[in-house]
Amino acid sequence: MQYDCVPLDHRIILDLVKPGSTVLDLGCGSGELLYLLTREKKARGQGIEIDDQAIYDCVARGLCVFHGDIDAGLDDYTDKSFDYVILNQSLQQVQKLESVLSQSLRVGKKVIIGFPNFAYYRSRAQIFFHGRTPVTPSLPYEWYDTPNLHFLSIFDFMNYCKKKGITIEQDFFLAGDKIIKLLPNLFAQSGLFLISRE
Amino acid sequence: MKHSTTEIGIVQTQFATVADELVLESGEKLGPVTLAYETYGELNAGKSNAVLICHALSGDAHVAGYHKGENKPGWWDDMVGHGKAFDTDKYYVICSNVLGGCKGSTGPGSVNPKTGQPYGLHFPLITIGDMVKAQQLLIKQLGIDKLCSVAGGSMGGMQALEWLRSAPDKLESAILIATAAMHSPQQIAFNEVGRQAIMADHYWHDGNYYEGRSPAKGLAVARMVGHITYMSETSMLDKFGRQQKNEKQPFKFTADFEVEGYLQNKGDSFVKRFDANSYLYITKAMDFFDLTEEKPLHEIFKGLDAKLLVIAFRSDWLYPVWQSQQIVKACKIAGLNATYCEIDSTYGHDAFLLEIEQEAHLVSHFLKRVSNGYDVTGEYAI
Repeated sequence: MQYDCVPLDHRIILDLVKPGSTVLDLGCGSGELLYLLTREKKARGQGIEIDDQAIYDCVARGLCVFHGDIDAGLDDYTDKSFDYVILNQSLQQVQKLESVLSQSLRVGKKVIIGFPNFAYYRSRAQIFFHGRTPVTPSLPYEWYDTPNLHFLSIFDFMNYCKKKGITIEQDFFLAGDKIIKLLPNLFAQSGLFLISRE
Repeated sequence: MKHSTTEIGIVQTQFATVADELVLESGEKLGPVTLAYETYGELNAGKSNAVLICHALSGDAHVAGYHKGENKPGWWDDMVGHGKAFDTDKYYVICSNVLGGCKGSTGPGSVNPKTGQPYGLHFPLITIGDMVKAQQLLIKQLGIDKLCSVAGGSMGGMQALEWLRSAPDKLESAILIATAAMHSPQQIAFNEVGRQAIMADHYWHDGNYYEGRSPAKGLAVARMVGHITYMSETSMLDKFGRQQKNEKQPFKFTADFEVEGYLQNKGDSFVKRFDANSYLYITKAMDFFDLTEEKPLHEIFKGLDAKLLVIAFRSDWLYPVWQSQQIVKACKIAGLNATYCEIDSTYGHDAFLLEIEQEAHLVSHFLKRVSNGYDVTGEYAI
């Protein structure tokens, strides 16, 4: 398959997920990632998505998807019923972030989380020099129409995991199509983490 | 009569005696049992492309195409045909009239072989389970061991659920539209008003009316109540508003408003095609239906291999979305492979017959996936 046209975060997740795994993708959108995982990794995938049109797209891709809210969608699952729970670019949009996170860690053996880094240097510059709410490639929304409810940095998330006893098994820092190694909280547009809780 | 290329054309209802004697859930015996059915498309060599469509309360076996000399197609013609959601070029579609019905299958209006008279109230109490049992016999008679899918809306969805419960290894998938694992008190209540209207009709005669006039007024009122519950407040506002009928007559409590005229027309046309006793028996079967058997629903679904497509409509207050969500919740706990979609419609419960575009999209893609063995192939470009 042509890896070039697959976004970097999807490529990383594709590498993380072991073949034949069960995957719950929370906020799966139109199902691009779930589709890739199903096809390339023979994953048994289930999506949850709130957007009407995205649901139709998922079904057209042959995916299993539940129409509904992430916030309310997790309670029913039994403990460790998925190998992976994925929250890629959706965590910052849920109402009850802490409850979704702890439920994801309960329902999944491992959780894959990707979110935009609010402390990216261009965001900082826009606040500092222009006094404006930042608009960046990973935070592309204006203040008045953003679906994001939570604005967090890579450090914020790492500190949170430490405080809550969540194990960060792997981390990746991304800027566009590049992996960032140096000062990720400054230079990465988004962070991607593989986490778990024993 | 000219039909477009997507339509099936002329079809004919067929009849099969599925049992000389059927032991019902109640323990009573009924026989012989005949089912009226129609089929569309061709059964493939592997006999793996059969889809059973189950009809709702007032439906029948005539789901698509035209009966000779008629200009009204079957009740779900928009969904069944060449290139449609239930694509008859790919699937062998079967639809049968339910046990207890009045459109060719054995029901209270059929002749009781023991007396030579119509059964009337001597017809035994039947259940959704009994309807499905009769369907299973028909499917077997048609030489099909396993169905590709069982699909239905409303009471049709209840039958699909019952298939999952009673014969899980006989279907690859189920499509459950605007349905419920059991009726709520509100649903039972509306059915009871309908039944009382029929039984209050002077001509009902304890169900023994086949020789003379039928309880048409009562059945019409039952149907009017039904139609109120099938629509939504919004769809009524959009369709009728407070529009008054054109022909002004001296005031005599006749239909002054459009909505009154609509309900009366629906009631009057219904009595020409439906038997009041069938209405009583079938609504009771719906009310008694309880998939859970007082167990948690997910226990019924445990270990199920079939794939589910669950569809609900936001404005449906007769089979509200929470009833579909209850099914979805059980799927989650039982770890089932399932898809749930809430269609944004203002049509109320009627939406399952009207929101064709969205429904067709969901059903066609779902069936495609079921029939290709859940293999997500490379056909979708990344």
